[in-house]
Amino acid sequence: MISSALIPQPLAKLPWRLLFIVAAIAAMGLATLYSAAGGSPRPWALRQGIVLLVFLCIALAMSGIKESSIKSAAFPLYAAVLLMLILVEMLGFVGKGAQRWLDVGPVRLQPSEFMKPIVVLVLARFYALLPPADTRRWRAIWPAALLLGAPVLLVMMQPDLGTALIILFIGATMMFVAGLPWWLFAGAAGVVAIAAPTAYAFMHDYQRRRVLIFLDPESDPLGSGYHLSQSKIAIGSGGLFGKGYLQGSQSHLDYLPEGHTDFVFSAMVEEWGFLGGLILILAFGMVIRWGMQVSMRARTRFSQLAAAGLTSAIFFYVAINLMMVMGLAPVVGVPLPLVSYGGSAVMTIMLSLGLLMALERQNRTASGPGRARIPA
Amino acid sequence: MKQRFTAVHQSLAFSRRMMLVGGAQAAVGGLLVGRLGWLAVAENEKYELLSENNRVQLIVVPPRRGWFVDRNGRPLAINRSEFRVDIIPQQLEKPETTMKQLARLLELDSDSLDRIVRELKESRGFKPVEVAERVPYEKYAAVTVRLPELPGVQATRGFSRYYPTGPAVAHLLGYVGTASPEQYEAEDRNPLLVTPGFKVGKAGLEKTVEPRLRGTPGAQRVEVTARGRLVKELDPKPDLSGQTIQLAIDSELQEFAARRMGLESGSCVVMDCHTGDILTFVSMPAYDPNSFSSGIGRTEWRMLSDDERLPLLNKVTQGLYPPGSTIKPMGALALLEHGINPSERVYCPGGYQLGNRFFRCLGRHGSVDMHRAIAKSCNTYFYSMGHRLGYDKIAPMAERLGLGETFDLPLVTQNYGTVPNSEWKARKFDENRRLVERPDWTASDTLNASIGQGFLIVNPLQLAVMASRIASGRDVDPRLVGVHKEPAPMLGIPAENLEVVRKAMWEVVNGDGTAGASRLPLEDVAMSGKTGTAQVRRITTGQRGQSGEWKYRDHGLFVFFAPSDKPRYAGSVVIEHGMGGARAAAPVARDVMTFLFDREAAMKNLAPLEEQWGGSLAERNERRAAEIRAAARTQSA
Repeated sequence: MISSALIPQPLAKLPWRLLFIVAAIAAMGLATLYSAAGGSPRPWALRQGIVLLVFLCIALAMSGIKESSIKSAAFPLYAAVLLMLILVEMLGFVGKGAQRWLDVGPVRLQPSEFMKPIVVLVLARFYALLPPADTRRWRAIWPAALLLGAPVLLVMMQPDLGTALIILFIGATMMFVAGLPWWLFAGAAGVVAIAAPTAYAFMHDYQRRRVLIFLDPESDPLGSGYHLSQSKIAIGSGGLFGKGYLQGSQSHLDYLPEGHTDFVFSAMVEEWGFLGGLILILAFGMVIRWGMQVSMRARTRFSQLAAAGLTSAIFFYVAINLMMVMGLAPVVGVPLPLVSYGGSAVMTIMLSLGLLMALERQNRTASGPGRARIPA
Repeated sequence: MKQRFTAVHQSLAFSRRMMLVGGAQAAVGGLLVGRLGWLAVAENEKYELLSENNRVQLIVVPPRRGWFVDRNGRPLAINRSEFRVDIIPQQLEKPETTMKQLARLLELDSDSLDRIVRELKESRGFKPVEVAERVPYEKYAAVTVRLPELPGVQATRGFSRYYPTGPAVAHLLGYVGTASPEQYEAEDRNPLLVTPGFKVGKAGLEKTVEPRLRGTPGAQRVEVTARGRLVKELDPKPDLSGQTIQLAIDSELQEFAARRMGLESGSCVVMDCHTGDILTFVSMPAYDPNSFSSGIGRTEWRMLSDDERLPLLNKVTQGLYPPGSTIKPMGALALLEHGINPSERVYCPGGYQLGNRFFRCLGRHGSVDMHRAIAKSCNTYFYSMGHRLGYDKIAPMAERLGLGETFDLPLVTQNYGTVPNSEWKARKFDENRRLVERPDWTASDTLNASIGQGFLIVNPLQLAVMASRIASGRDVDPRLVGVHKEPAPMLGIPAENLEVVRKAMWEVVNGDGTAGASRLPLEDVAMSGKTGTAQVRRITTGQRGQSGEWKYRDHGLFVFFAPSDKPRYAGSVVIEHGMGGARAAAPVARDVMTFLFDREAAMKNLAPLEEQWGGSLAERNERRAAEIRAAARTQSA
């Protein structure tokens, strides 16, 4: 934060350090998109730049929203987005095909993207309303499970496993920091550990093969494994300092598929090397650390939980994408926020950042040194 | 009672668990950085290689095949530039319309369309698939102007094998063709072998000296996209042409001999009788290796394999014939070796009585000595002398002069025939009862073998070697590759024995002998020789194989050397079913020898003959090709 008499109050109040890091990440993304198009702002870099700017403005505008407004909007927004998810599902059923978006005039709305920040808000709101005494009780679990389960199921049915998992992970993280009993998480992990092999044992051969390819994509080098092996070649051939800007053969010669969307990190590392990748990961780390600090410094339970959830949304986005492109996780189709080409991921992240900035501002401007802990 | 969970507890739990979450996030971050380092730094070399493999594609450039040249450096087999059309499967965007276009432009038949579609299905990557080779210029131009609308199609210049004298060298050089799947496997799936336009030797010298002819392939290195679009060409690796191979052959003599064979079926071999260099190696009739090299049509193949004159058989080393009287000089040398006086006389009453069987001679020669027996080709003399000496004493001389021998030559197959003796017969009796009816060598076996019939069978190359060894007295081995100057070592046959036989062979052609009509039309050069007539089947009802169906007629053979006084060249001519050595084979030898000493006179003699046969070899070959094309059309129609 810059405080100087020369700069007007509202501007000085912005978290400039964060904005600088976000701008740096976006700039790396734009440079990579420019290169991936063979050294051209079209078709990706220019559009992405505009989208980034638009959503950055929206995020900055959002930073002025009061915590109380956010709080009161949580349940209505949740209901609206859930309705849209159901609508998408129904349209998909009528159209006899998978569908993830709603066409509203010129804009395509992807309700599952909205759902990520909204589910954070609604869970934060729920746990803020819950009396502390009930934290270790059954009533702390089932409403939250319901609030979380409905969108996860709907998104999974789309089917969009990547997004569904991110929503589930965000919810789980929030329930964890909300103080829900340990046994709940240990138990869930235990159930998955036992159920998975049992289910595998009852599967048909072709189903098993699908699972195995899912777990080890390189066993199917012409199918989904092709993406992964080409991605690893792009990253691995980058070396310490990369092949040089605009010199990446994997992305320029189209060997790396989706080099401008899901696999943009690979395209970047090919040209910028280990060093470039490290800088990008550290930059994301700083954004996440900032978010975590917003949560730690928050004075209300709602803002504590909301900030933790929004930050974990950004974390899961980044972590799953990077694990995916480096072969540590199955290829599930999660973009790298702020870097991958595409509006919806930018939107989600910018909305989350906008909300975080709003919460952060409340932290600073809330009157009185007394750290009020009002449960509602 | 559990303690009540208060806001303070909640706040403490939150802080604790946020630390845990933050720690977990940091751990994941560390894992990601570690993984990035592992891939990009530790395993960098491996992935760099894979990335280069993606980026750079190698296109094999087939090397130019080495030439065959004759002893004077004249080309026998060269490479002619041709136009060809290929498809790069990876760049093919609209397979169906493209194939339709090409089929129309190049007039492809359904056979080749099927082949192209099949190869396109099997191929992957940047390896071209051949559409057509030896494309005429007009069609090539028609494809070239439409290339922009035919992505993936390549119209290039390649090389094809060309044999200027066509059929004249067919059995000597063989031909080339695309490698068979077996050859591809045998060479460890060498990618060169499946490169369009690349040919390997399929027969003859093309096959046997393949390693020296092939050369080293070059490579065109190109940068391509995953979809096969060519981005840029990198520095190419040049190909290395195969070696030029010089043969002992005299190409002009080879062509003349092939032409002089006319419509006959047979062979003609001429050697340098001191060094063993084979100057002429002709087997007729022959296929046109030029049409074989671009892939022979089914019609042409059937016409060739159905021909009773066996144009696909190399008769020089694969044709086996009873040598007939051509081995009488050899027999005489064996007799002299065992001390028989050449002036000893035998009375010929028209045959020889052995027990109750009468072995016939061709005439009643009266009292003959060795000289006259050879000149007149008297069977009775050799029956009687052979019977006295026994064949086991004659056979070693046959072997010494090259009969029954397999020569060290780069030939695909040599049928070496048989020089029989008593031991051979006993062995054969065990192996093959149909050929040999009894195990012991009989006097009638000796009689038959003495006049070059019975079990004795040889190939024309062996006859030529025999003539060379008699002419020079040297132990010459036939040689096809290279030009040699060093004469072969002496055989060790006494000069006076050889002189007796050579004089008799002079008499055959130039005196009162069987081939008097084949005297060389030259003043200072004379040819010596020996005629032979070999029965194809047992004589029945007085018919002596001198008429009737072609395939039952006698073979005509002739062995010769020239000049008589100072032998330099020697050879053999075999005319299948030519009915007699003097009648069919000796005139060919006369003209071929004349060509060596006076080319103009020989060509003058050839002209009226070729008119009689319906044109020169090239003209007849062209006419036959036209017939084949016509037959192929009526069949596909």
